[in-house]
Amino acid sequence: MIDIDWLKEHVQVPSDLSYEQLAKDLVKVGLEEEEIHSSQLTGPIVVGYVVSAEPEPQKNGKVINWCQVDVGDQHNATDEAGRKVPRGIVCGAPNMAAGEKVVVTLPGAVLPGDFRIEPRKTYGHVSDGMCASERELGLGDDHNGIILLRHYGFTPEEYEALKPGDDAMHLLHLDQPILEINITPDRGYAFSYRGVAREYHHSTGAAYTDPVVKLKADLPDAGAEGDIQVIVEDDNPIHGVLGCDRYYARAVRDFDPSARTPNWMRRRLIRAGMRSLSLAVDVTNYVMLDLGQPMHAYDLDKIEGPIVVRRARQGERLTTLDSKDHELHPEDLLITDSPNGQQGSRVLGIAGVMGGLYGEVTAETKNILLEAAHFDTVSVARSARRHKIPSEASRRFERGVDVDLQPAAAQMAAQLLSEYGHGQASQTPVDYRQTAPVAPISFKTSEVKRLTALEAPAQEIVDILTDIGCKVSDQGDGLLCVQVPTWRPDLKDPCDLVEEVARLVGYDQIPVTVPPAPVEGAVGLTPDQVHSRQVANELAEYGLVETLSYPFVGEEDFKDFSYDAEAIRPLSVEVANPLAGDRPYLRRTILPTLAHTVQRNLHRGVENVALYELGHVYLQDPKAPAIPALPGGQRPSDEDLAALDAGLPDQPLHAAAILTGSALETGWLGERRPVDWTDAVEAVNRLSDRLGAGLRLEQPQGVDVPAQWHPGRAAKVMAGQACVGYVGELHPHVNEALDFPQHSAAFELNLTDLFAQLSDKPVQAKPISTFPPVKQDLAFTVRDSVTADQLRQAIVEAAGDNLESIELFDVFTGDQVGEGMKSLAYSVVFRAPDRTLTSQDSESIRQAIVDKVAGLGAQLRA
Amino acid sequence: MAQDVTFDAQAVTDAVTEAIGKIGQASSLDELKAIKTEYIGGQSLMTQASKAIGSLPGDQKKEAGRLMGKLRADFGRAFGAKEAQVKAQEEAAALAAETVDMTQPVKRKPLGARHPLPKIMEDIEDLFISMGWQISTGPEVESEWYDFDALNFGPDHPARQMQDTFYVKGSQAKDAAGFVGSNMVLRTQTSSDQVRALLTRGVPLYIASPGRVFRTDELDATHTPVFHQCEAIAVDKGLTMADLKGVLDKLAVAMFGPEAKSRLRPSYFPFTEPSAELDLWFPDKKGGPGWIEWGGCGMVNPHVLESAGLDPEVYTGFAFGVGMERTLLLRHDINDMHDLVEGDVRFSEQFVMGE
Repeated sequence: MIDIDWLKEHVQVPSDLSYEQLAKDLVKVGLEEEEIHSSQLTGPIVVGYVVSAEPEPQKNGKVINWCQVDVGDQHNATDEAGRKVPRGIVCGAPNMAAGEKVVVTLPGAVLPGDFRIEPRKTYGHVSDGMCASERELGLGDDHNGIILLRHYGFTPEEYEALKPGDDAMHLLHLDQPILEINITPDRGYAFSYRGVAREYHHSTGAAYTDPVVKLKADLPDAGAEGDIQVIVEDDNPIHGVLGCDRYYARAVRDFDPSARTPNWMRRRLIRAGMRSLSLAVDVTNYVMLDLGQPMHAYDLDKIEGPIVVRRARQGERLTTLDSKDHELHPEDLLITDSPNGQQGSRVLGIAGVMGGLYGEVTAETKNILLEAAHFDTVSVARSARRHKIPSEASRRFERGVDVDLQPAAAQMAAQLLSEYGHGQASQTPVDYRQTAPVAPISFKTSEVKRLTALEAPAQEIVDILTDIGCKVSDQGDGLLCVQVPTWRPDLKDPCDLVEEVARLVGYDQIPVTVPPAPVEGAVGLTPDQVHSRQVANELAEYGLVETLSYPFVGEEDFKDFSYDAEAIRPLSVEVANPLAGDRPYLRRTILPTLAHTVQRNLHRGVENVALYELGHVYLQDPKAPAIPALPGGQRPSDEDLAALDAGLPDQPLHAAAILTGSALETGWLGERRPVDWTDAVEAVNRLSDRLGAGLRLEQPQGVDVPAQWHPGRAAKVMAGQACVGYVGELHPHVNEALDFPQHSAAFELNLTDLFAQLSDKPVQAKPISTFPPVKQDLAFTVRDSVTADQLRQAIVEAAGDNLESIELFDVFTGDQVGEGMKSLAYSVVFRAPDRTLTSQDSESIRQAIVDKVAGLGAQLRA
Repeated sequence: MAQDVTFDAQAVTDAVTEAIGKIGQASSLDELKAIKTEYIGGQSLMTQASKAIGSLPGDQKKEAGRLMGKLRADFGRAFGAKEAQVKAQEEAAALAAETVDMTQPVKRKPLGARHPLPKIMEDIEDLFISMGWQISTGPEVESEWYDFDALNFGPDHPARQMQDTFYVKGSQAKDAAGFVGSNMVLRTQTSSDQVRALLTRGVPLYIASPGRVFRTDELDATHTPVFHQCEAIAVDKGLTMADLKGVLDKLAVAMFGPEAKSRLRPSYFPFTEPSAELDLWFPDKKGGPGWIEWGGCGMVNPHVLESAGLDPEVYTGFAFGVGMERTLLLRHDINDMHDLVEGDVRFSEQFVMGE
C-alpha cells in the first residue's frame, strides 16, 4: 500500500501528484499497480458534538442513549420555530457521553458494505443519523465503542478547533485513495517506503533522501555486550547458511505504557492495512513499513538473558500471538530466553515469523527490548509455510532484508518511543554480527549491448549503477568492479546489472529486430502434429463437437465406469493437494472426464450431444523408479537425466468421443435414427481412412469385453497387431449411472500408439486403369460366429490384384437362412490394369472366392 | 390403289393451308401429333399426292415436285415452330409443378465444431512454423527438476510458492517443509519443455511449446486450474532483447490484427534476466484501445543455459509465454472463463471450424 502522504517523507513528489500518475511512474521501473483503492465512503460524515445523552434502559437489558448531537448548522435539524437544533440520534455504544466530539454519519451517507444511512425508527425514537465506530468506517477492527475524537492523537489546540459539521472524512483521511502495488519476489527492498521512494526517484528523477543515512549518524556504539547478552547457536543450518547472521537489540526504558499512538501514525498504519494496537507495537510496525526492517518489541522485565537464537528441538511447542498452538520442527529457528539461568529454555517466538504469547509488550510494559535482526530467507520461508503463518515480517525476510539496516531501524524505533512514549533509549545496544561480505561483481559494460542491444555509453551505465546504490570502480577496458548495495541481495550476476541498466534507461529504448529464420534440419510440423490435427478436424467434420475436460477423476468416476477401484488406484497418478478432494487422481482414459462434459450438456437441455476430446492420459507405473531431486544451474549427468524420465508416468495422447441421442434428425424431412454402435464405428473408420491407418476391428467374446462396454457391441481397434483402442456402445450400466440415453456410443483411441504404426513414407500411387470393370454380387450363408471382416478378408485374398472394390450391401438372418446362420451379400468390382476382363476371367475369380470362403464354412447362395 | 389417285395441286395446297391453320390452334404435343398423322401421315392427302406425282406427264412432274417441296417446307416450319413452343410450355408447366420452398432448413448431418482453444494453439503453431521455428511438446506430469530447478527456481525460491503447484503424491521424503512428495508436479508452465529441448535438440534452438499447464486456482470468471500456454524460446549466438521485441510484435499482430503491438515492462521471473511483463496494445479493448497485460518474457537466465550445459558467454537467448485462455477471452470478447472450460456445445458451435 502506497500512501503519497507518507512517500513524501523520503522523496520530493509534486504537490499535485495523483495516485494514477504515481502508479504510472512506478510501473515504468517495474513496480506494478495492483489496484488504486478509492474511498469506500460517501458523505455526509461530519464531526458532531454530543450536547446531551440520556440513558434509556430497554426491556432486553440493553441500555441505549438518546442523544442530541450538534452537527453544525448546515446539517442540524430545524424545530417548529424554524430554529436550528441538534439532531436526535440513538446510540448503543457504552462509551457515549455528553461533551464528547464524535463522528456522525448522516442520512445519505454510504458506509463500506453498501451500508446506507437513513433516518430510522428504533427504541421509540427516530434516529436521524449514526455515531460511527472505527469498524463501521473501515478504519480498523474496533467495534467496542464509537470513535471519540479526543483519543485521536490531536493536540489540545487541534482538538479544540474541531467544530460540529467539519468534514470528518477529510479529517480522518477517509476520502483519500491508496495505491496497492505488486512487488516481484526479487525486490524485497521495495516492501518499504524507503525502497519505493528510491524507485520513484529512479523513475522520475525526483530528489531522494535515504532516511537511513541520518539515522546512522546518530547511532550509539554497539558491541557484543550491552543491554542483554545474545547468543546464536545454530546447530542445524539449512543449505549451510546460518539462520541468524545479525541480531541487534536495544533497550528503551521508563516508557509510558499509557501513551497513545499519534493520530498520524495510526492513520498511516490503518491505511496500510494494519491494526493499531499500542504505541510500542505500532512503532515497530511503522518502522517495518517505512524502512523494511521487521522488528519485535519484548517486555524487558519479563525476559531473562541471555537471548538465545537456536533451532527448535523435537517436541517443543509454541503458542503464537494469534493464539494458535504449533508443534515446532527442528528446522524452525527460535528466539528464546533463559529463565532461572537455564540457557535458551523458554521459547519467545519463531524467528522472523511470529512471536509467542509470552514476552511480548503489553499495556503494562515500561521497559522495552527492541529486536532488529537478519534471518536466513530460506529458514523463515520454510517456517512460515510449515506453520501456515505468513506474516508481514516473514514476507520481508523471505525476500531479503538489508543486512546493514538493523541499527538504524532500532534507532528510529527508539526515537519514536522516546518522542511519543517518553522512553529512554539505551546507549548500549548489542550487535551480534556474523554477516558474510558480498563479493563485488565483475561487470563488462558490453554486456548491456550483448543482451539488450541498447547502446548505453559507459558513463551512463556507471551513473545508473551508482544511483541504485552500487559502488562502482572502473577497471579499464570496459570492465567495472561493482559492489552492490546491502539492500539489493538480488543483484548477483552481470545479467542482474544489465536489467538494472535496461529498466532505468527504459525498455522502450530497446530497438526492434526480427531474428532471421533459422532454417536448418527438419522444418514444419512433425508427422504426429499433423496427424493429431487431422484427427481433430476429421471428427469435427463428421459432426462431433470438440471439448476439453479437466483430467481429474475419483472414486465416483471409477464406479460410474465400472472400473475396479482397487486395481486402478495404484495405476493412477495421485495429486497430493487436489482442488476437489473427491477427484485426486489423473485419468487413465478420457471417457470418464468427457462423460462429465456430456452430462453437463444434457442437464442443460442440449439434445443429441456428440462430443470428442483430444488429450493426454496418465499411466502410473507402480514399479517406476523414484525421481531424483537434482540441483539447478548445472547440466545433470546422462544417468541423472535418464532417471528423471524413467520415473515419469507414460502420458500418451488419446482421442475419445461419446455420442448420444439421435445420429440423424432432419426435422421436417422426417428422417430420424438414434445413435448406436455404427456411428462410433463409422467415426473410427473415417479416422482410419483419413490417416491411411488401415485400422481393423476385432470383436472379443462377451466375457473378454471390458466392463465399460456393451458385451455384444464393442470391438478392439487394431493397428497392425497393436490394440489402440475400443469402439462400440457403452455398457447399459454405464449409461444408467451417467444418465445417458440407451445405446450411447463411444470410442477411445491411443493416438500415440496409433501414430507410431503409421508409415511416414509418401503414398505410392497405383496406375488408374481405363479398362471396363466387371461387377458381381456374391451372397453367402455363414455361421453367426464368422465376422463380416473375416469373410471380407477371405474374399479379398482370393480375388487377387484385380479386385477394385468390395462392399457389404446386405445382411440378414431368419428362417430363410436357418438357425445360427446369417447371409452376407457383397458387391465386388474387378478391373485389370492392362486388358478387358473376359467372362472366363470373371468366372475363375468367382470360383476362387467360393473355394476360399468355404474354409470359413460359407456357402454361395444361389 | 395409288394408281387411282390423281395429283390435285389445289386440293393439296388447301390441305396444307388447313393444316397450318390447325397447327396454329394446337396447344399440346398430342394435338400436334394428331395433325401430323392427319396431314402428312401415310393416309394423308400429301402422301397420296406425292405418290401421284410419278404418274404425271414428264413436264408436269417437275412443277408438281417443286410445289410439294414448298408445301412440305411450309408445313415443317409451322409444325417445328409450334412443337418447340408447346414443348417449352409443357416443360415449364412440369417444372412449375415441381416448385419447392427452398428456404425450408435442410440439415441432415450435424455440423460439428472444433474448440477454439486447440484451434488458437494451431494458429500460433502456424505462425512459428512460418518463421522457421519448430513446435515441441513435453510431459504434463513433469519432474520438479524440469519444472523448477532447471529454470532457476531453487527448492526454496519464493517464486516456487508464487505459483501454486499441484504436487504428485509419492513415497519419498522431500526435504523442504517436511513435505512428502514424488519430485513430480503437474507442470506449472510449458517452460519445462524448453530445458528438455535445449538438452535434446541443442543450439541453435528456436521452438514454441504450446500446451496444458496446471495451478491450484479455483475455477472462477478469470481463473482455471487447468489452462494452456504457449511459451517460446530461442537460443543462439547474438540474440538480444531487440529480437525478443520483434518476435513479440509479430505474435501480437498474428493474434490481434495489424494494429496490435507489444510493450515490455520491467519485472521478474527466475528463468529470465532481464525480465519483463509483456503488454499488448489491444485495438478492440473495451472503452477504447489501450495496453493490457498479456504475458511474461525476458532474456534466458544464464543459470538456465548452464542447466542445459551451454556456455552463457557464447550463447544468449530469449523466452516468452502467453496464456491461451487469456488470449481467447480478449480476442473473442468472452466474459467468463466458465464458458471456455465447461465444454458446452453451444459455445464451441459458435466457432465451428475455427474463426
